[in-house]
Amino acid sequence: MVDHAVRRPLSRRTFLKTGAATSGALVLGVYLPDRKAAAAPAGASSFTPNAFVRIDAQGRVTLVMPMVEMGQGIYTAQAMLLAEELEVGLDQVEVEHAPPNDALYANSILHIQTTGASASVRAFWLPLRQAGAVARSLLVSAAAAKWNVDPATCSARQGAVHHGPTSRRLEYGALVTAAAALRVPSADSVPLKNPKDFRLIGTSARRLDSSEKVNGRTTFGIDVRVPGMKFAAVAISPVLGGKPRSIDRRAALAVRGVRQVVQTEEAVAVIADHTGAAKKGLQAAAIQWDDGANAGASSEQIVRQLEIASRQPGVVARSEGDAQKALAAAATRLDAVYQLPFLAHAAMEPMNCTVHVQRDRCELWVGTQAPTLTQMTVAAALGLPQKAVEVHNHYLGGGFGRRLETDGSVLAAKIAKQVEGPVKVIWSREEDIQHDLYRPYYYDRISAGLDAKGMPVAWTHRVAGSSVYARYAPPLFQNGLDIDAVECAAQTPYDLPAVHVDYVRVEPAGIQTAFWRGVGPVKNVFIVESFVDELAHAAKQDPVAYRRALLAKNPRALAVLNLATEKAGWSSSLPAGQGRGVSLQHAFGSYLAQVAEVEVTGDGTVRVKRIVCAVDCGVIINPDIVAAQMEGGAIFGLTAAMYGQINLENGRVKQGNFNTYRPIRMNEAPVVETHLVKSTEAPGGIGEAGTAIVAPAVTNAIFAATGKRIRTLPITNTALRSTQS
Amino acid sequence: MTISIKVNETVHKVDVDEDTPLLWVLRDVLGLTGTKFGCGLALCGACTVHVDGVPRRSCITPVGSVGNGAVTTIEAVSAMPEGKALQQAWVDLDVVQCGYCQGGQIMSAAALLKSTPKPTNDDIDAAMSGNVCRCGTYQRIRAAIHRAAG
Repeated sequence: MVDHAVRRPLSRRTFLKTGAATSGALVLGVYLPDRKAAAAPAGASSFTPNAFVRIDAQGRVTLVMPMVEMGQGIYTAQAMLLAEELEVGLDQVEVEHAPPNDALYANSILHIQTTGASASVRAFWLPLRQAGAVARSLLVSAAAAKWNVDPATCSARQGAVHHGPTSRRLEYGALVTAAAALRVPSADSVPLKNPKDFRLIGTSARRLDSSEKVNGRTTFGIDVRVPGMKFAAVAISPVLGGKPRSIDRRAALAVRGVRQVVQTEEAVAVIADHTGAAKKGLQAAAIQWDDGANAGASSEQIVRQLEIASRQPGVVARSEGDAQKALAAAATRLDAVYQLPFLAHAAMEPMNCTVHVQRDRCELWVGTQAPTLTQMTVAAALGLPQKAVEVHNHYLGGGFGRRLETDGSVLAAKIAKQVEGPVKVIWSREEDIQHDLYRPYYYDRISAGLDAKGMPVAWTHRVAGSSVYARYAPPLFQNGLDIDAVECAAQTPYDLPAVHVDYVRVEPAGIQTAFWRGVGPVKNVFIVESFVDELAHAAKQDPVAYRRALLAKNPRALAVLNLATEKAGWSSSLPAGQGRGVSLQHAFGSYLAQVAEVEVTGDGTVRVKRIVCAVDCGVIINPDIVAAQMEGGAIFGLTAAMYGQINLENGRVKQGNFNTYRPIRMNEAPVVETHLVKSTEAPGGIGEAGTAIVAPAVTNAIFAATGKRIRTLPITNTALRSTQS
Repeated sequence: MTISIKVNETVHKVDVDEDTPLLWVLRDVLGLTGTKFGCGLALCGACTVHVDGVPRRSCITPVGSVGNGAVTTIEAVSAMPEGKALQQAWVDLDVVQCGYCQGGQIMSAAALLKSTPKPTNDDIDAAMSGNVCRCGTYQRIRAAIHRAAG
């Protein structure tokens, strides 16, 4: 194992930012032993380097953020991990968006520089602390050398090295030149702090991005200002695969401020001096479309196709014992079909991208979860080498999986290629909702056999739906099995004696599918937790007691279940028309339990009043951010559970804006309480966990209140009028 | 034609059609990007500004309709005592997540506190339900408004 100091040429952006001070900059890279050699660029050794810390001669500490901030608090968490070991205060650091570079910034779980799957803290928990520790150890060594003392007699804190015996002190800025000349120790040779000495990790340190987000100064992708740029409004074929047939260019160009009308294979863009003129021009263009082969696509047809396909056996995800035999022999048998709709992401910041295409290069400004994928796909679309595409990443006004996709950047690049100078392409909200890549529609069949006491002796679950992995990451789609589609279905928290889970891939016509916050668990936890509730009811048992009996081998799951139900006052009574529901989840490396309290009024209106969460996510980096993710995750999941659905008719998405694709609003928002379990286990992911668990807690509560079992989401599709007991 | 518009105490002359939404004049012409585009139909509140102290959805407000009205955006809301108190409460409680909607949220909240210095939860629901937050920060927004109200 060889370790090197890695001198990275400073990017143009870095150079501009630090100016003349760069000559004294200490740029640290760390070879990490857990990285795959295959990911390393040609010429590198068999380990993947990282570059996260930069300190200049003025003592400015810049932390480079490999994973992007889209609300989940990851800039604060990543900075805490680095600062903990680097021994600087969070008030002493600046954070910077990482440039696209898989070799330096890939997430070790996802093997690419992509933010998703609640994998950021899980992947960077060790490397970022190591990067901080290596930097700190070099600064300490540099100070010790200057003082001619043993480094062991020195300590670092608050951005300075101290020598206790002589009360000397040197700030990091004064040490950068000397530290940069030292050989970088291997990451695993520098001891990390004992967790009992953490002064940042485990605290509710304030978010680093708050102050600029409350005064309008944060630059999201949509806010970029590039000298000389134009603004584009875009219309994409309302039917997937369609093309513009006629465009009234003359009318568009007659609008004041409109400069140009641009056409791509699937879209029309109007380029203007400002977005107002561009939108007006686009409307004047009165585009007619040739709908193409998907003109007849409909949700109805897609559901019928799924229903038929789900009758045939699929690819086995898990098979233990003889579930069919056990099912046949069971005292009681339950069968159910669960359906979940297509969902759009609808991040508050609509899709946008600013691009400047020149003859041999392209510069691009965007907020993306996948900067390297953006670089690759834009380069391919423009016929440029990857290095010729410079991607400037930004804060994301919500991601939720939408910004894992690069279609918006590719389209913007195709438009920009036809425009002189930079152009900012902004989608309308309708374009954003109608040209999303959607969470797949799932049609699942689930069965269980119970013994005479009502306990399960057999469990079968057939998942039918589109495979996102097959499109997005083909190497991970192996032997016909989509591991995301069966996550939390193949493995449940429960001890089940005979299990058979399989997957049937069905690709719908006329609609593309994608990852959506909560991914596989958001649908499977709904189905599994609803069905366990059905079993408890069939067994005439309390839903919590029933779950407890199946958790003998799963102490962490049992502990969160006990905590949530205790804090929620599970056994206390509620007035008529109200009910409590419980759900349990092990996903993203974290354990969650949730209790929802709902009221269903006589006219069938559902009001979710309170949600109590218990969370065991291993070591907690920042408890307040975990709580915030529980609060926000619940609202995101509740929006989908209550109202979320995308329907296709005549190849077109019917929903278009926040009136037809309705979000939960302030007046509907329940109180969300979070209770955290102290743990020394490795950290789990938390950004998606709170979204995935909420729907079954709510529908189980609706069942408790009304006796109506909701097996198809959204909830508003089920008539609950006059059903209160 | 050239239109005069007063934004954050400064008068600007802009060369746009009168029916141009105020939002795009602020963002694209004047470079005040704190006011956000979210829906274009006054359904989400991300574009909320004040015109003479009254909250307005700038995405459906034609710039020609503003006349001599004084426009205040999130960049200048700290000049209002309510705005400053809200921004501080937002930071104290770490309300923000992605942050995209928060400028609009604070503009709506500032108008609320100006007219109703001690709002009840019902007052907050009435004033704030037009502002969508997809990250789901409503609970903290409510708490921060109460905190700013003192």
